[in-house]
Amino acid sequence: MGKINLRNVAKRFGEVAVIPDINLDIEDGEFVVFVGPSGCGKSTLLRLIAGLEDVSDGVIQIDGVNATDLPPAKRGLAMVFQSYALYPHMSVRKNISFPLKMAGLDQAEIDRKVEGAAKVLNLTNYLDRRPGQLSGGQRQRVAIGRAIVREPKAFLFDEPLSNLDAALRVNMRIEISELHQSLKTTMIYVTHDQVEAMTMADKIVVLNAGRIEQVGSPLELYRSPANTFVAGFIGSPKMNLIDGAEAQKHGAATIGVRPEHIDLSTTGGLWQGTVGLSEHLGSDTFLRVTVEGVGMLTVRASGEVDVHHGDTVWLTPHAGKLHRFGADGKAIG
Amino acid sequence: MARAQSPRRRLLMTLAAWSVALLIFFPVLWMVITSFKTEASAVASPPEFLSADWTLENYAEVWARSDYPRFFWNSVVISIGSTLLGLAVAIPAAWAMAFVPAKRTKDLLMWMLSTKMMPAVAVMIPLYLVFQRTGLFDTKIGLVLALMLMNLPIIVWMLYTYFREIPGEILEAARMDGAGLWNEILHVLTPMAIPGIASTMLLNVILAWNEAFWTITLTTTKAAPLSAFIASFSAPQGLFYAKLSAASAMAIAPILILGWFSQKQLVRGLTFGAVK
Amino acid sequence: MSTQTNRLAARLMVAPSVILLFIWMIVPLAMTLYFSFRLYRLLTPERTGWVGFNNYIWFLNSPDFWLAIWNTLALVGGVLIITVVLGTLIALLIDQPVKGQGVLRILVIAPFFVMPPVAASIWENLFMHPQNGLFAAIARGFGAQPILFLEQYPMPSVIGIVAWEWLPFATLILLTALQSLSSEQLEAAEMDGAGSFSRFRHIILPHLTRAITAVILIQTIFLLGIFGEIYTTTQGGPGSASTTLPYMIFKQAIVAKDIGRAAAGGIIAVILANIVAVFLMRGLGKNLDA
Repeated sequence: MGKINLRNVAKRFGEVAVIPDINLDIEDGEFVVFVGPSGCGKSTLLRLIAGLEDVSDGVIQIDGVNATDLPPAKRGLAMVFQSYALYPHMSVRKNISFPLKMAGLDQAEIDRKVEGAAKVLNLTNYLDRRPGQLSGGQRQRVAIGRAIVREPKAFLFDEPLSNLDAALRVNMRIEISELHQSLKTTMIYVTHDQVEAMTMADKIVVLNAGRIEQVGSPLELYRSPANTFVAGFIGSPKMNLIDGAEAQKHGAATIGVRPEHIDLSTTGGLWQGTVGLSEHLGSDTFLRVTVEGVGMLTVRASGEVDVHHGDTVWLTPHAGKLHRFGADGKAIG
Repeated sequence: MARAQSPRRRLLMTLAAWSVALLIFFPVLWMVITSFKTEASAVASPPEFLSADWTLENYAEVWARSDYPRFFWNSVVISIGSTLLGLAVAIPAAWAMAFVPAKRTKDLLMWMLSTKMMPAVAVMIPLYLVFQRTGLFDTKIGLVLALMLMNLPIIVWMLYTYFREIPGEILEAARMDGAGLWNEILHVLTPMAIPGIASTMLLNVILAWNEAFWTITLTTTKAAPLSAFIASFSAPQGLFYAKLSAASAMAIAPILILGWFSQKQLVRGLTFGAVK
Repeated sequence: MSTQTNRLAARLMVAPSVILLFIWMIVPLAMTLYFSFRLYRLLTPERTGWVGFNNYIWFLNSPDFWLAIWNTLALVGGVLIITVVLGTLIALLIDQPVKGQGVLRILVIAPFFVMPPVAASIWENLFMHPQNGLFAAIARGFGAQPILFLEQYPMPSVIGIVAWEWLPFATLILLTALQSLSSEQLEAAEMDGAGSFSRFRHIILPHLTRAITAVILIQTIFLLGIFGEIYTTTQGGPGSASTTLPYMIFKQAIVAKDIGRAAAGGIIAVILANIVAVFLMRGLGKNLDA
């Protein structure tokens, strides 16, 4: 249940190949996150899997069955839209019942399932309200409830948290992860926020201009990015990427080191630089340090650090945490 | 434009605005006032206002005439009938153009609107003859057809703009929830489109009720609605001023009331989207 | 979103509207064109035949025709000028923070919902009538002779009546456009030192351009076909003084019952409408593509 395979899937809009050629395997029960910058094709890919768009080429298999020509309703998938797409003229109860009504279940069965979903999502008190009377987080839950109730082979999430404020986003992230733990159903989740990707995924698919840059677990992507794009995308703040003479010293076209993997010292080290802007978060301090011949580096220092604008500091990358990339952007060694 | 202005300027503006508004509205007001006067009072010179004789009998008499209720009913049937028929034809068309747009959709819409720019007199002659030959002349059904076709471009256009405002994602959600085309239209699209359909209906009933070309050229006595009646009897030999005023007041009252509710629809429907 | 079945279904759903409008427009137009080249009078239906351009030549030679063209253009032009200028002023006035804006709107918009025969009737009988009308009473009050509006100034009277009917439309459209102008823009201009008139000229008026263009285009379409008001008041007279092109064609068809001639007139009306449309689109079309 919930195994999805994509073989040579392509999508063209007129002359433009938004997705040139994608091969991907998603195992049953995995939480897969499609992540990438705006316009990279992640939502398009999700919609191809859902059946809301037709593929231009290639095959989509769901549980071994060729689903490429099946309409969305027949694929056994459920989708949670970015805007939730709740039916505004129906109560919460009717919203959640709708897919069951379309499937032809009898009313008693429908009521049972709706009550069940409502209990899981804490919606029991809101069943008779209309979407217009609910808060953003509640509407989110109704959208999820409508998806759960269908007992689909996989859940598809299209940037579901983008419309929520920061605090709510953190809570909903946890709720969705817990949902995954309890249901153990495959979930495909699209986001541009790499924090969501890192915290929720079993497997991350990094997309760029319609191509897969890398597929792997969060830590794999963090520790061993396959190219400069992934290196610069995963991790916040971004990895420092240095090219030119300094990179050549290490036998690469570009070298990279994460801000959290640099030691800061006021006495000595590999690179000498001047402190520019600093951001004091209390738990961490982020400093922008300009190093002669290297460039501007972001450095993370733990806790509060007594360093000020204009000070001279020395930076030393941790041993073994220096990433090397060739001229083509791919990782070396 | 909510600026704190000097109280004197506000008063001046208010007076000016009200004077202008009352001036514009005065003819309607004067007609209504005249309708409540006796005939003698209505033609008195100098015109009587406070000193006039007031009566309700004009309304009673006009209504009791054997033909006025018929004209009124004709107006009702023709305006509502042509609008409903137009909706029946236009709703599927507007649905298709809004949700399954093709390359030619915008051109098609423009073509439909352009048919409204055809001078009516150019098509009047054949229609007049065809209506005579087919027995549609001076029938309500004939007028329903003519007015429906005259307003069809506006009905399609308005519905199209309302349908486009329905978020596509909600229809996709319905599709994912297993709704086929028919279920999608029945359970999701139509309920969400009802306000738009109602607005379109409102404006077009108004336009059909007030129409004063086809209703005059394609009728004589049996199917004539109020517009034809008032047009023919305006030089009052049959009706006198007070009664003419009463007849006119009753003819425009329904639309004045509906018009109050339809301002937004009017802007949307008749400016073809140029003004929001 | 559009799969194959969807596309076919869509074509079928649009078809009835397209077919009906096609029949409504093309077929009668073709018939009118055909009739315009023939001798066809309803009173003597046995006399038929091809007469080439005779019907057209009759029009071009008829002084009434040129008067009708002039009257038509005067009607359209006159009403446009009155409604746009006054409409803008009234919209500006109502947009102020005045008391009872809601009621003001209703009063100002009311005339648009009065059907043309009633509007014409009100003006003809209650105001312009030389014996019983209000204008006559006012004139007599000043010791002057009442003006015979519909007899001596038929076309201006008709223009006045139609302008009264359409002023609300222009006002409403312009008011709507005015209210969509963000007050922040005006406030910024004020901070930049612009006075009332400057703000009107440089900010409000350009913003209204689109709406004014729309008003002109749409009103022109409707004004070219004004009929009910003339039918109710002057019947095109005295003589042909207030006959517009549509009314002239109507008279040829319904009164003179000369189908051939009326058809030629109809085709001329189409040509005229197209010429006006070209001028309008060229002059104003660019204002709408925003």
